[in-house]
Amino acid sequence: MIALLLRDIRLAMRAGGGFGLGLSFFLIVVVLVPFGVGPQSALLTVIAPGILWLGALLACLLSLDRILALDWEDGSLDLLATSPLPMEGIVSVKALAHWLTTGLPLVAAAPVLGLLLNLSEAGYKWLIISLFLGTPALSVIGTFGAALTVGLKRGGLLLSLLVLPLYVPTLIFGAEVARRGAEGFDVTTPLLMLAGITCGTIALLPFASAAVLRVNLR
Amino acid sequence: MLEVSDLTIARGGIAVLEGVSFTLAPGQVLVVRGPNGIGKTTLLRTVAGLQPPVSGRIAVPPESLVYAGHSDGIKATLTVTENLKFWAEVFGHKDYLTAIEAFNLGPLATRPAGALSAGQKRRLGLARLLVTGRAIWVLDEPTVSLDTEAVAMFVRAVRGHLAAGGMALMATHIDLGLGEAQVLDVAGYRAKPLADHDFDGAFL
Repeated sequence: MIALLLRDIRLAMRAGGGFGLGLSFFLIVVVLVPFGVGPQSALLTVIAPGILWLGALLACLLSLDRILALDWEDGSLDLLATSPLPMEGIVSVKALAHWLTTGLPLVAAAPVLGLLLNLSEAGYKWLIISLFLGTPALSVIGTFGAALTVGLKRGGLLLSLLVLPLYVPTLIFGAEVARRGAEGFDVTTPLLMLAGITCGTIALLPFASAAVLRVNLR
Repeated sequence: MLEVSDLTIARGGIAVLEGVSFTLAPGQVLVVRGPNGIGKTTLLRTVAGLQPPVSGRIAVPPESLVYAGHSDGIKATLTVTENLKFWAEVFGHKDYLTAIEAFNLGPLATRPAGALSAGQKRRLGLARLLVTGRAIWVLDEPTVSLDTEAVAMFVRAVRGHLAAGGMALMATHIDLGLGEAQVLDVAGYRAKPLADHDFDGAFL
């Protein structure tokens, strides 16, 4: 398991591995929004939490099809399926590797980009907390989508269509935590919902992903 | 010990082979032959557990089988050593140097696998079998793109594996010079269309 995690992280870091793809997309979106909105810093403050969350979500979506498709193409997925690793473990480790190489850098970059969007001072803490709690769910749900579409040529479009509706609850509660935090309100309810969604997906979805993957490998 | 009895297998919902039975005891090698498209790959994938059989029984001891398909599962951006080391770790072993030596990969050890030729990649793919430590090798066209010298390396590796009580089930078209190999010609097991496959009928 650890070998697989290390391999996936190493692959992501090597040339063409896609590390930084999500991060640079996030950067581009957030840098361009102030140009689109115009010089209204009060308006930017209002929309900052939502834009940051949306940017992080789309950046995450961008790299989903790499999670399993590359391993499927070069035959490693067949070999992994016949290895001693349980399929549930494989998909969990793949989701974890995706989060470490995509989600975590987004969490780290968000406060810097918050500055560009004139995020209110109280918002930084809750933005980081909400992204830290929410992005693992994005990776786990995304792995499920990747398992559904593995083996389809150019399955990226279908993957996005399948995964986006599943991302909505995470986006709603994540952005709500960031917004309430930024405006100085109580964040308990959305925070608990967000944490619940993440825990639930981590606990249940690997089984669904593994089952789907077994069917797709036939 | 691998026992397959009265196996019917299907690809894409259409039965391709039926009534296939064979046993493989330690030290034995079975070569599956047959024309293209007859279902050799499907048979091997079914035995490897990647897809369920339509009917019949496959008795294989748990955690004893390793499968090598048409693609080698090599990561182009990892070096030869990193690729082998990864598979060794997945199968819970440490020793990968024997495998590097057996397939003469030493001079290539630090090269990224993407820079290898097709035959060299295949050698790396076959070297993976040695690091798994599994008893039953299920190989689909193992000698594709290998030169005669590399085929000899492969035959040596198979012989060594058999001598250590291993087993091998492989589909191949060329004569490997494995005199001891039993041959299973699957052309005689071609399946009749399944009776219940009247797909359109269900809608009429």
